[in-house]
Amino acid sequence: MIEWREQGILLAVRRHGEANAIIEVLTRDHGLHAGVVRGGASRKQAPLLQVGAQLDLTWRARIEDHIGSFVVEPVRSRAVPIMADRAALAALQSVAALLTTCIAERQPVEEVHDRTYALLDTLARQPDWPQLYAQWELSLLADLGFGLDLSCCAVTGVTQQLRYVSPRTGRAVSQQGAGEWADRLLPLPLFLLMGGDASAQETADALRLTGHFLRQWLGPTLTRSNALDARDQAARAIVGQMVKAAGTPTG
Amino acid sequence: MPDAPLDDLIGLLARLPGLGPRSARRAALALVRKRRVLLEPLAAAMADVAEHARECLICGNIGTSERCDICTDPKRDPTTLCVVESVADLWAMERAQVFRGRYHVMGGTLSALDGIGPEDLNLPRMAQRIADDSVTEVILALGATVDGQTTAHYIADMLEDRGIPVTSLAQGVPVGGELDYLDDGTITAALSARRQMR
Repeated sequence: MIEWREQGILLAVRRHGEANAIIEVLTRDHGLHAGVVRGGASRKQAPLLQVGAQLDLTWRARIEDHIGSFVVEPVRSRAVPIMADRAALAALQSVAALLTTCIAERQPVEEVHDRTYALLDTLARQPDWPQLYAQWELSLLADLGFGLDLSCCAVTGVTQQLRYVSPRTGRAVSQQGAGEWADRLLPLPLFLLMGGDASAQETADALRLTGHFLRQWLGPTLTRSNALDARDQAARAIVGQMVKAAGTPTG
Repeated sequence: MPDAPLDDLIGLLARLPGLGPRSARRAALALVRKRRVLLEPLAAAMADVAEHARECLICGNIGTSERCDICTDPKRDPTTLCVVESVADLWAMERAQVFRGRYHVMGGTLSALDGIGPEDLNLPRMAQRIADDSVTEVILALGATVDGQTTAHYIADMLEDRGIPVTSLAQGVPVGGELDYLDDGTITAALSARRQMR
């Protein structure tokens, strides 16, 4: 019998038969991992198995290739505190959809796990969580091998005044290097490079940027699993909420 | 080994929720033994339901006519609309015998990951009812789940321009519940929704 114990973030729950559930969790050492939870669809356990929940997991299987079964202990819920926030709920679903679709199963993904853990704990709690979400998407692209090169201008080589990203190559372009092509490039909001506060317009630009490359490089995979829909809904909800709060329309 | 018709009956019963092959065998035996008082009335009731059961054209409840009893009851308040996820939820609300308005069954919840969008739910019919029936309050009785609350937010946004109060069911300590046995999520929700005692 193979067994391990670790904490993980619940990303997906599917009913399995009448009383059981198959869950997918993101753990630090065992990556994205699925398993059966006996009684997971029961009246007692189902409320605890909400996407985003932090769980203490014990996984057992007879051989490594089996799906195996989880014994779960709830550590804390992340969904409940954000139930009243539509954008945060949508972001949580987007994170879960992107990870369950893009991450290879059972491969350790320490950085992805740590970033996701940190992001989910900020949802609806920190005012800058929409910017952190955009940065999380940017990092996810890099983790998946599709990182953007934002170190210097692809045209002039300068490292200052980087204002755009080429939609084809994913390389940064400076204000000067863009020239008359500026309107064909994707705006690069400063907070993606330097951190800090961002307006609704800058956040919308950041999500447009990451959305473009998620679509370009992972489009077929994400579309097949509806993850792109979840991600786009989150982007719309985040920008919509920021615009509403600021009272200014985005371009 | 049962005969073929009995075997078919057991096979069909075993497909019902809550029944497995063993309990289906027991149910089939009980039906056969109580032919007059159970099997024949059950067969007649099932044939009747099979012929007449249908979805109410207004609210989505299941009844035996085009408009269910709730939608045609003149004592029901047509200006208060309670939105529920499924017929099972509607029946649960009715068991409480507290709500005297009318219902609208969504037929599910939004779930981007499962590919369930607004076009898959009974949203247009709900919007039409709200416009036609002069609804003055919409109560969202949707599950306290991620999908349930996402759907609730979607409906609340959809109705924002109409200026109708949109309320949702409270979340918190269940009747008879003790704090020690509650999960942290429920306690958080209960604390957020605390109310003044005097």
